Amino acid sequence: MQHAGTDIADRATVIVNDLMGLEGPLLPILHGIQHEFGYVPSETLPVIAEALNLSNAEVHGVVTFYHDYRNHPAGRHVLKICQAEACQSMGSDHVAAKIKQLLGIGFHETTRDGAVTLEPVYCLGLCACAPAAMLDGVPIGRLDDEALEEISAAVRL
Amino acid sequence: MGLIQEIDYGTPASKSEKQVTLTVDGFEVTVPEGTSIMRASMEAGIAIPKLCATDMVDAFGSCRLCLVEIEGRNGTPSSCTTPVMPGMVVKTQTSRLKDIRRGVMELYISDHPLDCLTCAANGDCELQDMAGAVGLRDVRYGYEGDNHVRAKADGAENFRWMPKDESNPYFTYDPSKCIVCSRCVRACEEVQGTFALTIEGRGFGSRVSPGMHQPFMESECVSCGACVQACPTATLTEKSVIQIGQPEHSVVTTCAYCGVGCSFKAEMRGDELVRMVPWKDGKANRGHSCVKGRFAYGYATHKDRILNPMVREKVTDPWREVSWEEAFSHIASEFRRIQYQYGKNAIGGITSSRCTNEETYLVQKLIRQGFRNNNVDTCARVCHSPTGYGLGQTYGTSAGTQDFDSVEEADVIMVIGANPSAGHPVFASRMKKRIRQGAKLIVLDPRETETVNSVHAKADFHLPLKPGTNVAVVTALAHVIVTEGLFDEKFIRERCDWSEFEDWAAFVAEPRNSPEEIEKLSGVPAEKIRGAARLYARGGNGAIYYGLGVTEHSQGSTTVMAIANLAMATGNVGRRGVGVNPLRGQNNVQGSCDMGSFPHELPGYRHVSGDAVRDIYEALWNVTLDNEPGLRIPNMLDAAVEGTFRGIYIQGEDILQSDPDTKHVAAGLAAMECVVVHDLFLNETANYAHVFLPGSTFLEKDGTFTNAERRINRVRKVMAPKNGYADWEVTQLLAQAMGLDWNYAHPSEIMDEVAKTTPSFANVSYALLEQKGSVQWPCNEQAPDGTPIMHVGGFVRGKGKFIRTEYVATDEKTGPRFPLLLTTGRILSQYNVGAQTRRTANVLWHAEDRLEIHPHDAEQRGIRDGDWVKLQSRAGETALRALVTERVAAGVVYTTFHHPDTQANVITTDYSDWATNCPEYKVTAVQVSPSNGPSQWQEEYEEQARQSRRIEGRLEAAE
Repeated sequence: MQHAGTDIADRATVIVNDLMGLEGPLLPILHGIQHEFGYVPSETLPVIAEALNLSNAEVHGVVTFYHDYRNHPAGRHVLKICQAEACQSMGSDHVAAKIKQLLGIGFHETTRDGAVTLEPVYCLGLCACAPAAMLDGVPIGRLDDEALEEISAAVRL
Repeated sequence: MGLIQEIDYGTPASKSEKQVTLTVDGFEVTVPEGTSIMRASMEAGIAIPKLCATDMVDAFGSCRLCLVEIEGRNGTPSSCTTPVMPGMVVKTQTSRLKDIRRGVMELYISDHPLDCLTCAANGDCELQDMAGAVGLRDVRYGYEGDNHVRAKADGAENFRWMPKDESNPYFTYDPSKCIVCSRCVRACEEVQGTFALTIEGRGFGSRVSPGMHQPFMESECVSCGACVQACPTATLTEKSVIQIGQPEHSVVTTCAYCGVGCSFKAEMRGDELVRMVPWKDGKANRGHSCVKGRFAYGYATHKDRILNPMVREKVTDPWREVSWEEAFSHIASEFRRIQYQYGKNAIGGITSSRCTNEETYLVQKLIRQGFRNNNVDTCARVCHSPTGYGLGQTYGTSAGTQDFDSVEEADVIMVIGANPSAGHPVFASRMKKRIRQGAKLIVLDPRETETVNSVHAKADFHLPLKPGTNVAVVTALAHVIVTEGLFDEKFIRERCDWSEFEDWAAFVAEPRNSPEEIEKLSGVPAEKIRGAARLYARGGNGAIYYGLGVTEHSQGSTTVMAIANLAMATGNVGRRGVGVNPLRGQNNVQGSCDMGSFPHELPGYRHVSGDAVRDIYEALWNVTLDNEPGLRIPNMLDAAVEGTFRGIYIQGEDILQSDPDTKHVAAGLAAMECVVVHDLFLNETANYAHVFLPGSTFLEKDGTFTNAERRINRVRKVMAPKNGYADWEVTQLLAQAMGLDWNYAHPSEIMDEVAKTTPSFANVSYALLEQKGSVQWPCNEQAPDGTPIMHVGGFVRGKGKFIRTEYVATDEKTGPRFPLLLTTGRILSQYNVGAQTRRTANVLWHAEDRLEIHPHDAEQRGIRDGDWVKLQSRAGETALRALVTERVAAGVVYTTFHHPDTQANVITTDYSDWATNCPEYKVTAVQVSPSNGPSQWQEEYEEQARQSRRIEGRLEAAE
């Protein structure tokens, strides 16, 4: 579903007006925008910049710095596989290879049916239960092939 | 000669007065507290390797090349971010440091192309220098890994590689050469204040991005060139350097655009100008520039430039190229004939604010000594003559009170009727820097200008007054200051006439001057006026900067006096950080006024009726001078229409385009028998000229310009005049043809004559300018080094004078036929009538004048963005395209006057300032209606212009 440019700007303005009173409002606003649209549409950047008296370039710099802010919509589900040191030592390489094979996509890709987006993440703070992942914001620990197959099936539903 | 190499100290100077002594590599060095080790070391003559540091921006500490060892401290801190401490012992070169630096350089070079020999920065590349400095001999990592350098890797697309961005006409951005030092990003933020650049992404993926990953031309970039100057590699490079190669010598000179008067190094290869680079020692600009001064010099070699003198009998004839001798003898005999036939006052001249002080002095001397009358005027008539009058009356001098450095200490900055971001961009950058440090900004302007709404420097108060109500609003500010007791009684009692103050205070305190009453006629909410007045009076150092939005009104002089009153009442005169500062439009408009260009004043603002002053010149020039003021420009034109004024010598001014009521100007010129135009191009005025004398550019002559802060800056010749003579030589040859015994061998001799005859210039000489770089007048026995701040300790006129400022509405009123108010202004990329900037790539930013109109007014008239509209006033009509925007209020329309085919001055009327005849450009009642294209006048005019530019024996010159 594609929104018209003005529609995006209007919806962004509502979010900006709501949050711009906060101290250091840029990151909360970007979170709000991503929550609303599922990504940070480039049309919203000038809206944010103007409201906060920043330049477009400054907002662009912040958005591109953080991996979490997307510039295009993700799949219906987002699966993040931890690739940091602790998980690596517990076999996250194998986990990554397995899930890529099950879903038929690589990191930073979305399945053709739009069901799921796969991303690497560098530490979820769940080292005690490594290897770990996060599905739509919910952490999952002690991944094995069985768990991965379950996840793969669940996101396809 | 040789190339002027400016030392890069790596970090900005500290302003601390406390000194600290440390040892660097065994040498003791004493520097102000807060100085970085890097800078201290450079002061001692030891250059620490560096890439991300440069002294135009704050330390950043990212390149890790400038590491040093400090006795008693662990690790290897970066010298750019570490401040000096007393007794510190620093080592800049140890085996450990050498290893680290070489390792860092290996990493840089592993992701950098090795095409040094064919690279545009070859010979001027800091990366190359650093590779040499650290002894880089090999790159252990190889060049095959992940990189930004090659478009393809192993036959596949390299997604990290980005193509060169050549969208900007003046410089290129080649991401493959970028080392991500952030110098450009920081220069854009800290020096220019536009924030158009950022680093996108993170880690190895980081790249410099204009705007939101856009080409430079589509981003917020204003093309000031600060990033190009800051770039240590060829990533950002002037296209002229790519085309020509590196310069081999340079000459310091002064920009010939606006009244800021920036100092530049003209970097040359032979007599070809390679680039203009702002000079860090320039006291007006401190190493910064704008798109005009930095890049828009191409007009000097434009094909439209006329290089031979030309004569014609009638203005309908084509031009005939003649020798200089023939041109001069033709003018001399014509002028003498006219004077014989119609009287001595039937001829006159106009000096140029674009030419040097010396040239201006000669033109007025020619008129006074040679023509034997006072019929001399200058384009200041149409811009800042009210400043001269207003400040002269209240303070005793006809100039701004401060230097530009003073803004660094201002706490509240009030900008009235000016848009420095467009008109005086380098000053705007310095002002915005101060605002980002916490100073407050008040703007009085009918439009929501760039100055009102700039990134990180938004105005705290914007008073969007209706055009023509300046006096009322400024008086209302005074009302608040007086009635709320915010005035500085001690200052007023000490330095001003107390009884005059009481009279003035009683006047402004009248209820009819209250913000609530003034709101009704100005449209500015009373609360905003009150808030702004309180802030200005009580916010610390209050500095006022104003422009043509103040002066170009029927009450221009009154507003200047109202501003002067405001500063006196609050004690904001006579020290750093305060003052009243006109932002003068042209490079030498201050100078042309100083040099006696007005019909009533001899050099140094001394009235022609003063016997003592006339005696000085009569003795020196061996003539009797007229003690009655001569004709002003509008009077000359009136007299021409009446038939009593028949000949004129116009140096470097295009009155047909720049003066109001174009049809009247045209009628005046057409009625004359000998119009001599001395200019670079066949300008619009030249359509009515009988003789054309080719002019020279600022690159082709020696002389001085005086900027808005009264600073006398040297202009230095960097190439021979293409037309054969510098303008001062042309005037001298003309004077000789008219029988005057002039023998100046160099402009310095002209300045010597000025110094000898003018008290405020008594100590000025080229030798002093050579030694000091520049001086601010008054420069005489009392102030041998010049005067950065005026009225310190007391006003020049004695006691500061408060003058009642009664608001009288202009006669130019809206009504049913002309319901909208037109106001005019400028934009960044074009300069004045555009004779120069239109002949450069600056037209890419502003190819035509547009009419800004509020959506409400546009909708009522069925006008959409981009439509052709007819703009009509009682004086005339023209057509241009509309720009629908909320920057103007409903009821107000706005346009620029940079393009001759728009002829915005066909619309403006003959109303003018009551004291000085400065035209009321800023208020014209108009009607706007849809149209199909250019008006009949425009088409006729274009045809006439084309006809009158024909030159015999040449194919028609294409514009």
